[in-house]
Amino acid sequence: MSILTRLTEKSWEPGAQPVERDRPSAGAVGTVAYFGVALVMFSLLVAAYLMRMGLHGGMGHEHDWKPMPDPPLLWINTLVLAASSVAWEVARRKRMVSAAAFGAVLGALFLGGQLLLWNHYQAAGYALSGNPANAFFYLLTALHGLHIVGGLFAAGRALAAANMRNIALCALYWHFLLVIWLVLAALLLST
Amino acid sequence: MATTLADDLRPLHHPHSWVTKYVWSQDHKVIAIQYSVTAISIGLVALVLSALMRLQLGFPGLFPAIQPDNYLQFVSMHGMIMVVYLLTALLLGGFGNYLIPLMIGARDMVFPFVNMLSFWFYLLSVIVLVAGFFVPGGPTGAGWTLYPPQAITEGTPGHQWGIATMLVSLAIFVAAFTMGGLNYVTTVLQARTRGMTLMRMPLSVWGIFTASVMGLLAFPALFVAAIMMLFDHFAGTSFFMPTMQSMGAITDTQGGSPLLFQHLFWFFGHPEVYIVALPAFGIVSDLISVHARRNIFGYRMMVWAIVIIGALSFLVWAHHMYVSGMNPYFGFFFATSTLIIAIPTAIKVYNWLLTLWRGDIHLRVPMLFAIAFIFTFIHGGLSGLFLGNVSVDVPLSDTFFVVAHFHMVMGVSPVLVIFGAIYHWYPKIFGRMWNETLGKLHFWITFLGVYAIFLPMHYLGILGVPRRYYALGETAFIPQSVHLANAWISIAALIVFVAQGMFFFNMIWSLFRGPRADPNPWGAASLEWLTPDTPPGHGNWGPHLPVVHRWAYDYSVPGAARDFIPQTEPRT
Repeated sequence: MSILTRLTEKSWEPGAQPVERDRPSAGAVGTVAYFGVALVMFSLLVAAYLMRMGLHGGMGHEHDWKPMPDPPLLWINTLVLAASSVAWEVARRKRMVSAAAFGAVLGALFLGGQLLLWNHYQAAGYALSGNPANAFFYLLTALHGLHIVGGLFAAGRALAAANMRNIALCALYWHFLLVIWLVLAALLLST
Repeated sequence: MATTLADDLRPLHHPHSWVTKYVWSQDHKVIAIQYSVTAISIGLVALVLSALMRLQLGFPGLFPAIQPDNYLQFVSMHGMIMVVYLLTALLLGGFGNYLIPLMIGARDMVFPFVNMLSFWFYLLSVIVLVAGFFVPGGPTGAGWTLYPPQAITEGTPGHQWGIATMLVSLAIFVAAFTMGGLNYVTTVLQARTRGMTLMRMPLSVWGIFTASVMGLLAFPALFVAAIMMLFDHFAGTSFFMPTMQSMGAITDTQGGSPLLFQHLFWFFGHPEVYIVALPAFGIVSDLISVHARRNIFGYRMMVWAIVIIGALSFLVWAHHMYVSGMNPYFGFFFATSTLIIAIPTAIKVYNWLLTLWRGDIHLRVPMLFAIAFIFTFIHGGLSGLFLGNVSVDVPLSDTFFVVAHFHMVMGVSPVLVIFGAIYHWYPKIFGRMWNETLGKLHFWITFLGVYAIFLPMHYLGILGVPRRYYALGETAFIPQSVHLANAWISIAALIVFVAQGMFFFNMIWSLFRGPRADPNPWGAASLEWLTPDTPPGHGNWGPHLPVVHRWAYDYSVPGAARDFIPQTEPRT
């Protein structure tokens, strides 16, 4: 039944009793619904980023937006997160708990890399309040990092129980966070 | 996976002690009551604040304890508490939690543990909010919209700690709502019982479901705005803070955009209006249908209208910002999209009226409140048509006309529905009946009272009386009669304020002394009235889930033995 058929059902007329198909698990639906929430949050931040970046110059003032440099660590972290996503995908397809554990470790490694990146910028004098570009960088990476932390927590529970269904959901979540990170990294690199 | 469909009690968490049953409870009905009691308690605080504001406005100078700073703090806290912590929490956390599983034939929400966490996060957010009253400088006085830069700049009451507690509390609230909202949405999609198609769900569920989806997509904007303002406040960033002079000195901040905050705030703020309104729309449809003994007129159109209103409400946010300055084409776009919402909304109003037409109307207390809602909602909706137009809005902006408009449309209207809904479902929730006479008295004083309060406010607004002013003083354009009207409004407000005591007395007294209620006192057809126990036990349905054979609105069907046919009755 397509969504259109469902929404045009004339439920007041006597009709055949509907046949129930198997529904996707509640966890899957809940996870996808959460993607909607996170997607809106990051989209709004990206919109705010672009607006704040263009606004000052657009108003005829001197540009106060000073982009940050792009150290190689940014690329390394991106690769680590991509590898983590690949490991999760292997775990999902081959039903391998060990691959999932490897994916989680790579996820934690990515977090460590992000902390190193923060230290690197701090040492180079890019403080949070120094420039709006810095502020957005720290805010975006912090929120993305918090999502990884949440994912690691869920992954820990799924791994402890060796629950393949939840491991598959974790894999989906990791792909989602990878896509978000690629967008954020592209934004940081291109501006 | 069909675990939620099977007659399987395993997934349920069974409480063993009083504490796990009533405190750390995972039962949706207990959580619903916890949510409701917390929301109503903090709502009472906001009600007291409004009474204090009215004392000041009606009788300026008579109460020296209310200083200008206090007045602004009362305005700000009253607004935020009523919109977010009372209405949103009560309609979704309270009614959503109680009604969704019962109306769709589920044993509980699909994630009971997350549901429990949702309540405790909500309670935490309320505690942090209340802490704002006790921090140095008191709560924020920046207005409920919390616009920067003034919200965090010296000169605004609570600019140091009051605003911080408010922002932290909002961030926690968003987390709580997200956990709850994911539950409501997933439960509606996943846990409907056999035969309960989407279009057999009562409109209450449709309203709450759509509002939950909207909340999930709108609250992130508030979250982001709150976090960014906290950064500006404590870390010295310049997301929202422009270059400016404060108290004679140039501030450290530069280049930030106050408009950016307004966009984020209203991207949440406007859908929020409908997050409050849609559950009310749904519930009132059910009340009208049950008490008029008629099927709801145009059920499919009612569902589509709910969904369309929900979608459109994400495209109108900048109509709150006409006076902030914008490209005229933007103003044109947002005025047009705003006025388009009138179409699905008008469809709903006509359908309510057509449901009543030639119905077998029983004027019981819930029905009185439902009909009163139609009055106040049409009223508030019509003044919205004025404010949606840029050229009319600009002179009326920040006057009492706006105050009157939004109180009618999203204050009074949902509150009337909430009263109606509490009277309607109370016999099922507690298994007792309340006092009819006291209920009717409460209704008439409240209904006539809100007109006595808000009708004159429109007039004040057209005269140009500004909102958020501590005192009007002597000004050339404000005639003496305004002061008289203000005194009248205040007296009416205080009477309505005191009259709410009847409601609370009725509810609490009936809890212990009310007569035992019939399991289905109104002769309603929807599932929540068909539980084996009243009040419903843990797991709701006894050993077997109900099976649904028809929609929820088979009232006064020709040839039927009774004037309603329960949803579980098979077709012959």
